[in-house]
Amino acid sequence: MQTLTIEGELTVFTAAEQKTSLLAFLNTGDELEINLANVGEIDTAGLQLLILIKREAAQSGKTLRFVMHSKAVLDVLELTRLTSAFGDQVVLAHNEESPR
Amino acid sequence: MNLDKEMMEALTTFTIESTELLQDMEADLLALENIEEPSETINAIFRAAHTIKGSAGLFGLEHIVRFTHVVESVLDALRSGKLTVSSELVAGLLPCCDHLNSLIRDVVDGKLEENQDMTESGNRLLDALRPFLKPDLKTPEAAETGVACRDDAARVETIAGDVIESGNWLLFLQFSENCLRDGMDPLSFIHYLTTLGEIVDLTTFSHAMPDAASMDPESNYLGFEIVLKSEAGKETIESAFDFIRDGSHIHILPLENRIPYYVELIKSLTDDNAQLGELLLKSGVITQRELEEGLKAQQTQTEAQQQSARIGEILVDQRVVQQPLVNAALEKQQQLKDSKARENQSIRVDAERLDKLIDLIGELVISTAAAKLRAMQTRDIALHEAHASVISLVEEVRDCALQLRMVPIGSTFSRYQRVVHDISKELGKDIKLVINGAETEVDKSVVEKIGDPLLHLVRNAMDHGIEAAELRAERGKPAQGTLRLNAYHSSGNIVIEVGDDGGGLDRDKIYAKAVERGLIQPGATLSDQDIYALIFEPGFSTVEQISNLSGRGVGMDVVKRNITELRGIIHIDSVPGCGTTLRLHLPLTLAIIDGFLVGVGEASYVIPLDRVVECVELPVDDERDYMELRGEVLPFIRLRQLFRKNGSAARRQNVIVVEHLGLKAGLVVDRLMGELQTVIKPLGKLFGHVQGVGGSTILGSGEVALIIDVPTLIRQQEHDLVSV
Repeated sequence: MQTLTIEGELTVFTAAEQKTSLLAFLNTGDELEINLANVGEIDTAGLQLLILIKREAAQSGKTLRFVMHSKAVLDVLELTRLTSAFGDQVVLAHNEESPR
Repeated sequence: MNLDKEMMEALTTFTIESTELLQDMEADLLALENIEEPSETINAIFRAAHTIKGSAGLFGLEHIVRFTHVVESVLDALRSGKLTVSSELVAGLLPCCDHLNSLIRDVVDGKLEENQDMTESGNRLLDALRPFLKPDLKTPEAAETGVACRDDAARVETIAGDVIESGNWLLFLQFSENCLRDGMDPLSFIHYLTTLGEIVDLTTFSHAMPDAASMDPESNYLGFEIVLKSEAGKETIESAFDFIRDGSHIHILPLENRIPYYVELIKSLTDDNAQLGELLLKSGVITQRELEEGLKAQQTQTEAQQQSARIGEILVDQRVVQQPLVNAALEKQQQLKDSKARENQSIRVDAERLDKLIDLIGELVISTAAAKLRAMQTRDIALHEAHASVISLVEEVRDCALQLRMVPIGSTFSRYQRVVHDISKELGKDIKLVINGAETEVDKSVVEKIGDPLLHLVRNAMDHGIEAAELRAERGKPAQGTLRLNAYHSSGNIVIEVGDDGGGLDRDKIYAKAVERGLIQPGATLSDQDIYALIFEPGFSTVEQISNLSGRGVGMDVVKRNITELRGIIHIDSVPGCGTTLRLHLPLTLAIIDGFLVGVGEASYVIPLDRVVECVELPVDDERDYMELRGEVLPFIRLRQLFRKNGSAARRQNVIVVEHLGLKAGLVVDRLMGELQTVIKPLGKLFGHVQGVGGSTILGSGEVALIIDVPTLIRQQEHDLVSV
C-alpha cells in the first residue's frame, strides 16, 4: 500500500503541481492512501482535486482512501456534504465537531 | 394573538375578500347542478376555498385552515373527476359555505381564536362530507406535501431525505470556470451563506469535471445545490453572489414546500398595472435583475423568432422561477385584467367621497368667480385668456362631476313593479304598471329622496284613483286599470309623472271639503289648479272616507313637503272620469346651478338661468305693475318692493322675463350682471319660512346673494292677482 502525504496547502495556488503529483501517485499502486493531516488550507480547487483523484481511482478500479483529515479538510467536506460520498473513515483528530 | 396595525388592515382585507369569495362560491355551488360543463365552475369554487385557506394560514387562523382543508379536499376530488356533481354533494357543501362565513364573521368581530361551539358544528359538517372523501382521505400534511412535491420529481429527490426540516430557498450554484483564477473561492461564498441562515442540505456536483488529462486544476467545475433555511429575502441571498455572478449560473428558487405560500402571496397582491414579471418581483420570487434578463431574452427571442415568447416561460426556462409560481402569477394577471374589464363598466364609489368632490367643486366654482372678478380689474390680456380657459375647464369639471351623480331613474321605477303587483292583489284590482323614460337620468340624491313620496303617490293612485272593476265597466273603460310612471327632462328639470286612468279628482267635493275645513272662504273663486292643490294641505288628509276623494290626502302634505325640500313642485292634471296625472317637477341637481346675477340697490340676487326667458329694458316706469310684451300682458314682480329695499330705483331698470309652467312674469331689477355658476347653499332654519328665496350663494367678491325661487314668486303673484 502506497501512502502520499500532502504537505502544505491544497489551494488554487498549488493546484497545478498537486494535480501532477496526485496523478503520478495514482500510478504507483492499486491500493493507495493519501494522508491529509498536514493540509493546512484547502479551497475549491483543492476539493476538486480530491474529487478528481477519487474519481480517477474508482474508474481504474483502484482503492484510494483519504486518511488523517486535517481540520481544514474536514470542515470543507462537512460543508459540501462529501464526507459520506468519499466513504473514507474519518478519524477525528479534532473532537469539536462530529461529522455525519 | 396580537396583531399590529398593519396586520389588522391586512386582516380586514382578508375578511372582505373572503366574504366576497364565499358569496361567489355559494352562487357557483347553487348553479353547479344546472351547468352542462361544470369544470370551470368547479375550478372557481376550488380556487375560492383554496384562497381562503391560504390567506387564513397567513394569519395563523388554524381553525379556518383546518376546516377549509377538508372542504378543499372534497373540491379537489371533484375537480380531478374522482367525484361527480350531485345534489347531495352540493347540499353538503353549502352549509360549509355558511359555516365558513360565520367563522369569518367571528374574525371580523375580533375573535381570532377558535371557538369550541363553532368547531363542533364545523366538525359535524365535515363528518357529513367524509363519505365523499372515503377513497383517499389524506391527512392534511400528507396532502400538502403531495401537492407540493408532485411537479418535479427529479429535484425533489435531492431534498427528499429532509423534507420535514425544510428550508426556504433552493439554490442552484454553478460558478464560472474562471472564478478560481479570479481569486474567488466558491466555498467561501457557500460558507457566507451560513451567516444568512442554515444550510439544511447541500449537494455537490462534479460531473462537469472533464477527465484527468484535460482537467485544468485552476478551473472551477463544481456545482452546488443548496437548501437554505433563511429568513433573508431573495435579494439578500442573491446579493451574496454579486461578485461572482459573471459567467456563473446562479438560481435562487423558493423551495417547493413554500410554493403554496408564494402562490398565495401572488394572489393576494393587488396592482392595477400588473406585469407578470412585476408580480413575481413583488412577491420576492425573482429579483429585479432576473426580471431584466428575462425581459431581455424575451426581446431577443421575439426578434429572432418573430413570435412572442412569454416572459413566464423564459423565466422558467432559465430556472429562475418554477412553473406553479408562474401559473399563479398568470392567473392573478388574468384576474386583474378581468376585474379591470368589469371596472370599465362601473366603479363603486363611496357616496360620501362623491359628495366631498361635489363640495370641493362647488368651492372651486366660487373661487373661480372670485378670480374672475379680480381678473376683470386688470387689463392683462394674457391673464384674461388664461382665466377664460380655466373657467371653461371648471365648467366642464363641474358638469362631469354632476354627471357622476346622475343615475337613471329606472331602478327606482322598477321597484314599483313589485309594489303595484302586491297592492293590486291586496285591493283586488287588476292594475298594470307602464313605465316610460326609465333611462332618464337624475341626481342620485334626488332619486334617494323621491322614493318615498313616489310610493305614496303610486299607492294613492291605485287605491283611490283607479276605480273598482265594476265601476270601470260601467264607465266603459277596460277592466284592467293602468298606472303610468313617466320621466323626462324639461328645461333643467326632471319631470316625473304618476298617472292613472281612474276617475279623476272631484273638484266640487274638494271645494266643499276645503270650505268645511276652513281652508278657504266660502264663495272664493279658485282655479282648478288651486283646488287640486288643496289636497296637499295638511289636515285635508284627515277627511273621513268619501268616495273617489278619500285618502287622496293621506300623507299628501308629507309628499308635498318632501318635494318642496327638493326645490320641486307638484302639478296636478285631472280630467273627471278619465284620470289624474301628478307631475313632479324636480331640479336635476341639488348642488350647483347656472344662475343669472342681477342687482337691486346694493344687493345681488341670483335667478336660476333655466327660468330666464329673456331680458328687456323697462320702457317707462309709470308705476304700473304690468307691461305689454309682444301683445301679451306681462305682470311685474318688483324685487325692490318684494325685498323691501330702500333707496331709489336706478334710472333705467330692466325686466327679466321668467317662466314657470307656462306662466310668465317680469322681475324688475336695477342691474343685469350676467351669468354665473352658483353653488347653492341652503339657508339656515331661521329663514325656512321666507318665501321666494330658494337658497343663498357666495359671490366671487365674498358677498352673499340670495337665489330667487321663481316658481314660488310666480304662484304668489298669480294668487295675489286672483284675490285682487
